[in-house]
Amino acid sequence: MPLYYNEDQAMLADTVTGFMADAGAIKPQLRHFRDMGCKDGFGHALWKQFAEMGLTGMLAAEADGGLAMGHVEAGIVLKEIGRNLTPSPFLTTSVMGVTALSGGSDDLRGRWLPGVIAGDSVLAVAIDESPKHRPERIACRAEKAGNGFRLSGSKAFVVQGASAEAIIVAARTSGSDSDAEGITLFAVPKDAAGISHENLRLVDSAMASNITFDNVELDGDSVIGDVDGGRSLLNKVLGAGRIGAAAELTGVGQGAFDITTAYLKTRKQFGRLIGEFQALQHRAAHLYSELEIATAVVIKAQQLLDGGSEKAELMVSVGKAKAARACNLAVREGVQMHGGVGMTDEYDIGLYMKRDRSLTEFMGDQYYHAERVAQLNGY
Amino acid sequence: MSDLDGFRQEIREWLEANCPAEMREPARDEADVCWGGRNFTFKNPAQKAWLEACVAKGYTVPDWPEAYGGAGMSPAQAKIWREECARIGARPPLSSFGIWMLGPALLKFGTEEQKVHYLGEIARGEIRWCQGYSEPGSGSDLVSLQTFGEDKGDHWVVNGQKIWTSYADKADWIFCLVRTDKANTYQGISFLLFDMTTPGVTTKPIKLISGNSPFCETFFDDVKVPKHQIVGALNRGWDVAKYLLGHEREMISGAGGGDRLNAIGAVVARNGLDDPILRAELAMFDVDALAFSAMGEKFLDEAKVGKAHPAQPNMLKYAGTELNKRRHELLMSAGGATALEWDSERTNGGTPARSWLRTKANSIEGGTSEVMLNVVAKRILDLPGA
Repeated sequence: MPLYYNEDQAMLADTVTGFMADAGAIKPQLRHFRDMGCKDGFGHALWKQFAEMGLTGMLAAEADGGLAMGHVEAGIVLKEIGRNLTPSPFLTTSVMGVTALSGGSDDLRGRWLPGVIAGDSVLAVAIDESPKHRPERIACRAEKAGNGFRLSGSKAFVVQGASAEAIIVAARTSGSDSDAEGITLFAVPKDAAGISHENLRLVDSAMASNITFDNVELDGDSVIGDVDGGRSLLNKVLGAGRIGAAAELTGVGQGAFDITTAYLKTRKQFGRLIGEFQALQHRAAHLYSELEIATAVVIKAQQLLDGGSEKAELMVSVGKAKAARACNLAVREGVQMHGGVGMTDEYDIGLYMKRDRSLTEFMGDQYYHAERVAQLNGY
Repeated sequence: MSDLDGFRQEIREWLEANCPAEMREPARDEADVCWGGRNFTFKNPAQKAWLEACVAKGYTVPDWPEAYGGAGMSPAQAKIWREECARIGARPPLSSFGIWMLGPALLKFGTEEQKVHYLGEIARGEIRWCQGYSEPGSGSDLVSLQTFGEDKGDHWVVNGQKIWTSYADKADWIFCLVRTDKANTYQGISFLLFDMTTPGVTTKPIKLISGNSPFCETFFDDVKVPKHQIVGALNRGWDVAKYLLGHEREMISGAGGGDRLNAIGAVVARNGLDDPILRAELAMFDVDALAFSAMGEKFLDEAKVGKAHPAQPNMLKYAGTELNKRRHELLMSAGGATALEWDSERTNGGTPARSWLRTKANSIEGGTSEVMLNVVAKRILDLPGA
C-alpha cells in the first residue's frame, strides 16, 4: 500500500481540514473553554457536530452504526485536532473507547455505543496508575463477588474521566501486579457507587481525573471481552491510543511550524525579515525535515495497524517516539523564534507548547517508546 | 490486486531459482560490490551468475523500459521486486552511477539514439561511469566551474580539472559538466559524455582519511569530444545536472532502503551492551532510523505519482546522511577497541574504522548538509532572501 492517502482518505482530509480550522479553531474552542474555566475542558456543541459528520463512530462497525474505518482515517481527524489544538474527547472516546468496546458483547456495545455515535456522551480510558505510563503494571483489582465483581484501587491521568458516561478500566482479576495475564477490561458506569474523582486541570487546559474506586460493585455484564484474558484487547486499545496521540502530535507540530515560519516572514529586525538569517533558515529547514519524517512513520504505523501486521507494534512505538521528538522540537523552536512575544499568552505558539507536553506524556513518552523499540529489536 | 499477487509469486519463484546463496547477504564493503564495466573482475562465480541472470530479464534496472535494457515494471511491480529482494536479503546484482544517476538523466533528456546505446550498456553492466562535477575552486558553489570546452566545429576541445571524481580510475566513461559559454554562469554549461581512454584524460587517486582512495583528481588536457556526445541542449547542462543531483541526493540519502538504514540493535547485540547510556542512544537512533526508512518509502511512493515536492531529495539527503554518520559513531562506540583495529583479519582490514571515516563524506559529497538546508529553506519553505 503506498504511503499516501487514497482518494477517499484525501476527501476526508479535505473536509476535516476545513471543518476543524473553522469550528475547531483556537479562539472559539480552546481559549473559550479555558477562559470560562470549563469543568469538562471541551465543548459539547462541537462534539455534536463531530457526530453529525460521522466522526464519532468512524472506527465502530457498520452493524453498530459506525463507519468501520481505520487508524489512517482516525489519524486524519486527529492531525487536524492537533493543528487547531481543538479540545475534543475524540481520541479517548472514538478511538480508544470504541476500540475497547468493539471487543465487547452485543449488549455492551448496544448500551454504550449509540450515545457515543450520536455525540451525546463520551468515554474515558483508565489504564495508568502512576504519573508515568506503565501499563505493564496493573494493581487496581476486581475481585469476584456474586455474579459480578468488586473493583478497588486507583487510576491516574484519566483524560476527561469526570465527564465520561462510562470509564473503561483495566483491572487485575488474577495474578500479581506485573503479570501479563490476569487483566480484565470493564466498562464502569459513571454513577456506580464508590467512585471518586480528583478532577484536575492540566497545563494544556484539558481536564484529567485521578480516580479512586472503593469497592465499586460491577455486574458481570460490564466485563469487556474475556475475564483474565484482557491483555490483548488492552494492547489494541494502547496501540490505538498511541498512534492516535502520535497523529495528533504531528498536527500540533505542523501547526506550530506553520505559524513560526509565517512569523519569520513578517517580523523585521536589523532592517531585515528575520527569515533572511541563515541561522534561522537552517533550524527551520531541519525542523521541516523532522516533521516530514514523523508524518511518514505515523502513516506507516497506521497502515500496519490497519493491516494487522506483526510489525505494527514496533512501528507504533517508533511513531509515538518520533512524533513526540519532532513536535517537541517544533514547539521549542517556535517559542524561541517568536522571541519575547512567544512568552505571552496572547500569541498562540505557547498553547502549542503546552499541548505538546500533555500529548507526549499521554500513552507513553519518547523514552518509554524508545525503550520498547530497544526491547522489540532484541537488546 | 490478484495480478500483483501473481506477479509477486512469479518474482519469488524466480529469485528462489536464480539468486545464488552467496548473493543473499549484504556486500561486505565497497570492494565486494559488483560495479560492472570493461575492467571489472568478478569476486566469485555467484556474483557473475547473479548479474547475468538479472541482465537476461532486465532486472538490473527493473523499472526502465524493455527497449533500454530494463524489465518495464510499473511502480507497483518495482516495489514488489524491491520487497521480494529484501525478503531474502538479495543484494543488488549491479551497482553503478549509470543506474542511479546518468540513467534517469538520459531517460529524461537523452535522444532516442543515446537512450538505446548508453542505457543498454548501463543495464548490462558493460560500461562503468563516473561523474565530473566538482572542481578545486567549485565545491558547494558548483556553478562557478571553469573546465572549458572550446568549440571546434564538429567537436569540443576540453581543458580543465575535476576533483572528488568517484572511481574515476576505474570508470570507462565520464558524464561531465563543461563550460561552453564564459559569458553566462548558469546558462553557459553543457553536459558532455566521453570515454576516459580519450587522449588527454588522466586520473590521480586521492588518499583519504579512511586510507582508501575512492575519489580522484581528473585532468583534461586538450580532450576531443564529438558534438553528438552532449546530453540536452547546448549551454543548458545545468538543467540536466540539477535533475541528476536530485537522483544523486536521493541515492546518498539511502531513501531506497537497504541494509545500512536498518535497525542496528541486532548488529550491536553481538558485542553485548552493558552500558545503559549507550543503549539509550542506540534506541533513540533506532527510532530515528526506522522513522527515516518510512520517509524514504513515502518519498518513493509519492515520487512515482508526482506527489513529491521536487526539492524533497535535498531533505532526504540531509536527514539520511546525518543519520548514517550517527550510526557509524554509535557502531564505533559499541565496537570498542576492536573497532579501532586498522588492518586486522578479524575486522576484514579495519572495516568498522574505515567505514566510519568514509561516512564523514556523506554530508559533504553531492551537496553539503548546509547547502541542502539552504535549498529546503528556499524552495520548500519559501523563506525570504534564501
